[in-house]
Amino acid sequence: MTPGLLTLVTFLPAAGALALLLVPRRAEQALRGGALAVALAAFALSVPLYIRFDAGSADYQFVEFAGWMPSAGIGYHVGIDGISLLLVLLTTFLTPIALASAWRAIEDRTKEFVVVMLLLETGMIGVFVSLDLFLFYVFWEAMLIPMYVLIGVWGGGNRIYAAVKFVLYTMVGSVLMLVAILALYFQHGAATGVHTFDLPTLARWIMPPGLPQTLMFLAFALAFAIKVPLFPFHTWLPDAHVEAPTAGSVILAGVLLKMGTYGFLRFCLPLFPDASLAFGPLVLALSVVGIVYGAWVSTVQPDLKKLVAYSSVSHLGFVMLGIFTLNQQGLVGGVLQMVNHGLSTGALFLMVGMLYERRHTRMIADFGGLWKVVPAFSALFLVVALSSLGLPGLNGFVGEFLVLVGAFQVDAGLAAIATTGIIFAAVYLLWMYQRVAFGEVTREENRRLTDLTPREWALMAPVVVLIVWIGVYPVSFTRPTEATVEALILQVQTKAGVDVAGVATR
Amino acid sequence: MTPVAAPPVALGALAPVLIVVGTALAILVLDLLPPRERKTHLGVVTLAGLVAALFTTIAAWGGAGRAFRDMIVLDNYALFFHIVVCYAAALVVLLSVDYLRRAGAESGEYYALVLFSTSGMLLLASANDLIVMFLAIELMSLSLYVLSGLFKRRREAGEASMKYFLLGVFASAFLLYGIALVYGATGSTNFDRLAAAVAADPRDPIAVIGLGLVLVGFGFKISSVPFHMWAPDVYEGAPTSVTAFIATGSKAAVFAALIRLVVAGLRPTQPDWTALLWALSVATMTVGNVVAIAQSNLKRMLAYSSIAHVGYMLIGVVAGGTAGASGVLFYLLAYTFTTAGTFGVITLCERAGVEAVDVRDYAGLGRRHPTLALALSLFLLSLVGIPPLAGFIGKFYLFGAAVRAGFVWLAVIAVLNSAVAAYYYLRVIVAMYMQEPAGPPAAWAPSFAGGLALAIALVGIVLLGVMPAPFADLAQAAVAPLLR
Repeated sequence: MTPGLLTLVTFLPAAGALALLLVPRRAEQALRGGALAVALAAFALSVPLYIRFDAGSADYQFVEFAGWMPSAGIGYHVGIDGISLLLVLLTTFLTPIALASAWRAIEDRTKEFVVVMLLLETGMIGVFVSLDLFLFYVFWEAMLIPMYVLIGVWGGGNRIYAAVKFVLYTMVGSVLMLVAILALYFQHGAATGVHTFDLPTLARWIMPPGLPQTLMFLAFALAFAIKVPLFPFHTWLPDAHVEAPTAGSVILAGVLLKMGTYGFLRFCLPLFPDASLAFGPLVLALSVVGIVYGAWVSTVQPDLKKLVAYSSVSHLGFVMLGIFTLNQQGLVGGVLQMVNHGLSTGALFLMVGMLYERRHTRMIADFGGLWKVVPAFSALFLVVALSSLGLPGLNGFVGEFLVLVGAFQVDAGLAAIATTGIIFAAVYLLWMYQRVAFGEVTREENRRLTDLTPREWALMAPVVVLIVWIGVYPVSFTRPTEATVEALILQVQTKAGVDVAGVATR
Repeated sequence: MTPVAAPPVALGALAPVLIVVGTALAILVLDLLPPRERKTHLGVVTLAGLVAALFTTIAAWGGAGRAFRDMIVLDNYALFFHIVVCYAAALVVLLSVDYLRRAGAESGEYYALVLFSTSGMLLLASANDLIVMFLAIELMSLSLYVLSGLFKRRREAGEASMKYFLLGVFASAFLLYGIALVYGATGSTNFDRLAAAVAADPRDPIAVIGLGLVLVGFGFKISSVPFHMWAPDVYEGAPTSVTAFIATGSKAAVFAALIRLVVAGLRPTQPDWTALLWALSVATMTVGNVVAIAQSNLKRMLAYSSIAHVGYMLIGVVAGGTAGASGVLFYLLAYTFTTAGTFGVITLCERAGVEAVDVRDYAGLGRRHPTLALALSLFLLSLVGIPPLAGFIGKFYLFGAAVRAGFVWLAVIAVLNSAVAAYYYLRVIVAMYMQEPAGPPAAWAPSFAGGLALAIALVGIVLLGVMPAPFADLAQAAVAPLLR
């Protein structure tokens, strides 16, 4: 079997990582360059996925299948639909940027760094393309270790605590998911006689509602809720973000958190529709709590990175809100918001990282009046902050707007509370920006700051282009997801045997 | 009076055991011949014997030899364990060659004892009779008692050997008494006739008590809670290569007998045993994992971790059936490679001339010896159960068997346990990559044979993790005749 495009995109980074193992440790530039080349090649390979993607179809595309452990019903089954397409592209887009951002920041053990980053990329893409529960779980767990190493080796002062906390939190969630996967496998096998981990096959089966379905849903949901992180499972996130190196934070915020929301979309909704509907109100409530709580806590953070980290809790709340509205606008908005958050928050982390490289501090109080010293940096920082707070014309607005439209149809009160999250976002981001960029230069050290270097321009420019593109013409990104989302809603409705919108509005 | 017919002697069914015993005897003779100061060649001879036994085993695959009035069977099930035991022994011998020379404990007896112990393990896998089973266990254990006290000058070695011996003998007494009761109740020591007798009268109290005592004896040998007290001290005091052997080979062999007796032989009384084994399994994995968290000595930590792994393997015994039994077989194969590799790395690390056994000794290893640190990381990750390594697939099959048999909560407890286990395994990785050494760093004691052993173990865990299907099928084929 010749490997298809999706396999190439998935495993090219890992193959590159293995090849880079052979490069001598001292050739740091070669290692960095090689890794960047591999990541860019993976991105280049992933662009045809978008171009050749048939937006009108809700089926999985670029599907590849090969028997892996046929006797156990485990296959290498990969494919993408409108949801995973965007997330794969987001991954291949952000990885080279994260690698480039570490060009100067990571000077210790460069070889290990680039290898770990590329392995991480394969793990993340693998999670998004897997159409077999076993394969998915392999990628899901395997990608924990590179992230753990990334935080623990190149992180800040409290890195070991943060790394171990990250792993333990995520593991507790995912091991329970493993039991649920096995339970689903045997339930499906007992009911239909077909023992398989194949997701499309399992998703076609209508599981009777009841305790088993509820427990399985809860096990899956816990794994994903921790990853998202949904309030109140978010406590690992600020630690992990603050301690992680910039490249790690970008990947963590940009892609890793999306694996949780993706999991809800791909597994919880189609596999356990009854339980998803039953627990929908709870998830909606937690999302809204997360939106408001994340925003409030962000407001009072003295540390830039922690501020951005808590803002993630708030933004991911919007994604979850959109998903569990279970209507077209909410879901499309939720998916788009995943991409938006990846771009905006990734960019925020990049820029905070640039400040940190220059000043070795992330405290808001240590800055002030930066506009006068580094105008280009400050201007870009403003654009990114505005995109994050949802200014019309930039990407964040479109996603949040769609989510709120969806939420309003479900419960106007809920939507109203969620809307305050946008207002608070404006508060914490603009207040932060004001303290960092406006006013007089308060610290003498800040007068000597240098503005953006060509390398930094090069890695920010594509992000800003996308931020504006999505803000002005979101259709390029929503069109591929629409058919998929429609099919997903239909699937949940028919399987649960109810009119979802009707139940939800009641 | 009818003359007593002598049983036909069919040594073919004993071929692997005989090869190993023969090699051991040859070693004892060769030990007396020059060169007297170097013993490396004895290691080579030992290895050759083990490889020969391995090939004999592979050649015998598919047959179903029975000999000595069904006391010995050489079915696929026994052969599977022969492969595991031979691999474990071969890895241990490879690790021992340079390790023993550095420790100044190189001797001919060592190799001979390893081989005698191996022959006991092989015999145990083939045993189809309580008496043969007992003899095999004793042959294996007596050799191991001596081996664990090999470092005569170290106080811990004496403690280890003594403790292992006393508790082991105690366990043997239980075992023997149990065997006597079972014989009294059923009139036979043969597994097949035993099974038939138990099936006819599952509630016979004498037989039940007897089998319970046999189970206690097994519990000691596999170090399941509450019979695990000896394990940490023995693991710590014994030479690391011997520790690896105790952790892998002896466990595999005793599990072979346990499954043959309990899962296959006692199927009619399965419900009676299930609750007991369930509790045993949960207690074993939980105590092992929780206590391991508090250990700073790597060998003690691995002792508790191996207790925990026994708990996982007991899940397969609880679940029973082809899935459960073959799950245990696969897990043992994976566990053997992983554990032998982990201990292998320890034999290759020394700090200031002394074996590095404290977690702190491994600080900074990732910087100083990236390859060794990577190898140890992979072994530890396999113990955690991170895909795509052997340990994950092993757990997957075991937990799958549990869920299939309806023991979902057992699987839930087990997976939560493996999340706990992640903490202490990762602590070693933290030390290697994320901490700087205090004082002189641990150094890699170069050894070609040791490196080869690590390479074999590494290939093993990656192969079992990425391409598990053929090995899982092998395990299935091995238990199929047993459960017919």
